[in-house]
Amino acid sequence: MINCLFVAVGGFFGAISRFGISKWMNSRFPSTFPIATLFVNLTGAFLLGLMIGKNMTHTFQLLFGTGFMGAFTTFSTFKLETIQLKIKGKWGLIGSYLFISYVGGMLLAFFGLYIGGQI
Amino acid sequence: MQYVLVGLAGIVGALLRYGLGLWTANWWHSSFPLATLLTNLSGCFVLGWLTTRMIRLKFMHPYITTALGTGLVGSFTTFSTFSAEAVNLMKTGHWGGACFYVLASGIGGLLFSWFGYKTGNADRGSVKDGE
Repeated sequence: MINCLFVAVGGFFGAISRFGISKWMNSRFPSTFPIATLFVNLTGAFLLGLMIGKNMTHTFQLLFGTGFMGAFTTFSTFKLETIQLKIKGKWGLIGSYLFISYVGGMLLAFFGLYIGGQI
Repeated sequence: MQYVLVGLAGIVGALLRYGLGLWTANWWHSSFPLATLLTNLSGCFVLGWLTTRMIRLKFMHPYITTALGTGLVGSFTTFSTFSAEAVNLMKTGHWGGACFYVLASGIGGLLFSWFGYKTGNADRGSVKDGE
């Protein structure tokens, strides 16, 4: 039961942080390209990799990993934005969005895991 | 206020994801990350549906729409876990599993999102998508 509490607290702040960053970035750098989601997803992939690599305690993983980073990053918005780009016919942007997200996300998670294992 | 609503919905999303993970672990005993795949694909469908459907429900306050979409479904699905799990499959030599995971998430996610979008739009008849 206490585990649920950790996930809940992490989820609360993760969702708020994503929402805040999205609002701020969309007003600061208005663009058709979904830069805010890309930013949170790539940052989150690196930080989660770092946490897993560092082999933190179970409590820490639930709070910051499953809870915070899980809620901070999002897969559904990423896909919906791709669909919305398709509807607008922005095929070039779709290609770069998918490529940067997948390749970047996995590379950053890999570096995170590696660096986490070193420190 | 809007931030608090998004945060509260985020709690629900994160707990649902955690619960689904625990439940899946009961019957799925493989290194393949099925729980995250199920979470992400179902979330893609729901967000596509919610976004097209709820926007037309006039009685829904925009704060509620944002809380459900950005907060709940946004927190339910996850990109960080997906990336870390894909890398982990590669590191442990499960290259086939890694390829399948990335393709199933990538293509499946787009299909589910599109399907949700279409379903949400379904009763609009001949009105064109997106506009």
